Amino acid sequence: MSNYNGRRGALPPGVSHSLELQERLKEDNYLADEGLSMAIFLALKLDRPLFLEGEAGVGKTEVAKVLSRILNTSLIRLQCYEGIDVHQAVYEWDYARQLLHIRTAEALGAPEDRENLEDELYTRQFLVSRPLLQALEHRGPSPPVLLIDEVDRADDEFEAFLLEILSEFAITVPEVGTIRAERPPVAVLTSNRTREVHDALKRRCLYFYIDHPSLEREVEIVRLRVPEAEDHLAQQVATAVQGLRNMDLYKPPGVAETLDWTEALVALGAKELNEALIEATLGSVVKYHEDQQRALGASVSLLTGAGGA
Amino acid sequence: MLHTAVAFGRLLRRAGLAAGTDRVVEFTRALEELDPTRREDVYWAGRVTLCSRREDLELYDQAFEVFWEGSKKPQTPRGPKRRLSSPPIDSVQPPKKSVQKNEKGEEAVRLRYSPVDVLRTKNFTLYTAEEFAELHKLLVDLKLSGALRRSRRLEPASKGRHDPHRTLRSTLRTGGEPMHHRFRRARSQPRRVVLLCDISGSMAPYSRALLRFMHVGVISGEPLEAFVLGTRLTRVTRELATKDPDRALKSAAGAIKDWSGGTRLGDTIKEFVDRWGQRGMARGSVVVILSDGWDRGDVEVLAEQMMRLRRLSYRVIWVNPLKAAPGYQPLARGMAAALPYIDVFLSGHNFESLEKLARAITGAVSDKQGGTS
Repeated sequence: MSNYNGRRGALPPGVSHSLELQERLKEDNYLADEGLSMAIFLALKLDRPLFLEGEAGVGKTEVAKVLSRILNTSLIRLQCYEGIDVHQAVYEWDYARQLLHIRTAEALGAPEDRENLEDELYTRQFLVSRPLLQALEHRGPSPPVLLIDEVDRADDEFEAFLLEILSEFAITVPEVGTIRAERPPVAVLTSNRTREVHDALKRRCLYFYIDHPSLEREVEIVRLRVPEAEDHLAQQVATAVQGLRNMDLYKPPGVAETLDWTEALVALGAKELNEALIEATLGSVVKYHEDQQRALGASVSLLTGAGGA
Repeated sequence: MLHTAVAFGRLLRRAGLAAGTDRVVEFTRALEELDPTRREDVYWAGRVTLCSRREDLELYDQAFEVFWEGSKKPQTPRGPKRRLSSPPIDSVQPPKKSVQKNEKGEEAVRLRYSPVDVLRTKNFTLYTAEEFAELHKLLVDLKLSGALRRSRRLEPASKGRHDPHRTLRSTLRTGGEPMHHRFRRARSQPRRVVLLCDISGSMAPYSRALLRFMHVGVISGEPLEAFVLGTRLTRVTRELATKDPDRALKSAAGAIKDWSGGTRLGDTIKEFVDRWGQRGMARGSVVVILSDGWDRGDVEVLAEQMMRLRRLSYRVIWVNPLKAAPGYQPLARGMAAALPYIDVFLSGHNFESLEKLARAITGAVSDKQGGTS
């Protein structure tokens, strides 16, 4: 049990090759192609953060989730947004408790000893930890999975900050000192590429671009994730989605949308895709008004595409 | 193995990938964990360690093939988009006869460049090579920062939201009594500016000056992105990031493959909105299009894309050098189609008009604050 907990490599038990990892991911309902499983394998083996880029809905976030399941460890998630700063990402002082502490000290009668009081106030016990600090301080049989979601939404200042954490796996709190991770967390960063993330940050990571899956793979994914859907329907839905992706939409549907759509169809008890069903459920795959009109105008050909497959 | 990895790294760097030594070391570490005799293992190990952008992948694939298959045909002329060779050392402008001739003719007429105040109002088409160099000195003084927006970051202020951290600090000073409360409020930040410059044939007399304008914007340190629109879209923010204008323009020219061709304005703007704008780059930012509005493509496409751009952005500014001509009417079909979606319509034929553009970007020329000039 402890043989995979060494300093190097937090691979799940019984996995020593990327193909085995691919198999293991599949058992947990995640279909990764050869490249992605290799990227994950190397990230685990080399203790490197994994930087995943790709269109929305291709399963970037899902990678972190499935990793936490197969490694049987906790998932710590940091959702980035514009203006995120240290207080929301790393730590914050617990002001209420600090104030209370001052009052207590006062009541006990040593108010002139201010130096000491200040030292007491800025110690670990008054620190509230946010996701990044939690990931470094995590205590457990194996290191946690740290998901830093949509880094591209945070601003540059924050990126510089991440750089320090991802290369040292340590955080310096001025008043307390440096807090270092016993074992580096398995870090997964995702980006939708709304802007270019700084090279220095990428250089710390292994990089992988997740593309939309091929038709066969997408059918497989649908079957795996929505087992209630009949094979024929799965095939039709996947074909239709591939058709939509080739239609030059504002927002081509991702795998997440394919799954949503299949689930919607299953909920309606559909066995086969037809025009009326497409019209009723289109909102779960295509989410721009203009795109919907374009899709509806072409829905017959989508169906024939499905019929031909 | 290390030797081979280093050689491969060198090949990739020559192809334009940022595969530094640290990445190559990482590549060798990865190979140690895998089977270096298996093609797939080497391929994927290199791909995840040596690439860092989507654009890298195509080059990587080509380089890998060249490297792995040995040096049978080291220069495969396969890549239609980006070739595996060092970027051509090109001049800023394409070696187009008409332009060249024009320039020579100008030089023959006036050998000295004009004094600064003349330069300010002189039409860019009449500039000599020396005057372009002079123009750079004028441009660097322009302040190209976007209109302000409220950021979610907070800064200390005399009133606003309560700031417990600083209040507590001051409490310590007063012996535990919170006498002075401290506050903070949202900081203002300049919006991102996106410059899209048309480099089609009809814009050639102006694009030289406008590219310099973009360069100054990029090196100003403000959040700014630069693209050129030709037969297709090229992002030149990185290329223009060098301080020296000549080197920056040279490397931008290397990245641009479609100088002075025809424009399909609608299609290239669509490419921008699809690939960059909608994902976030255009959201809430000031978008500036520098073009004469000649569109060889479908005008409806342009109108539709302008509508999208307008919905995404904070403000759309269109700069048309032809607007300065007396009695100008937006008759070019593209221009007419785009006009309803434009917030500010400016000319861009001389330095003064670029000054005005800089003010429009900052938000001074707008209905909100009223023109300051």
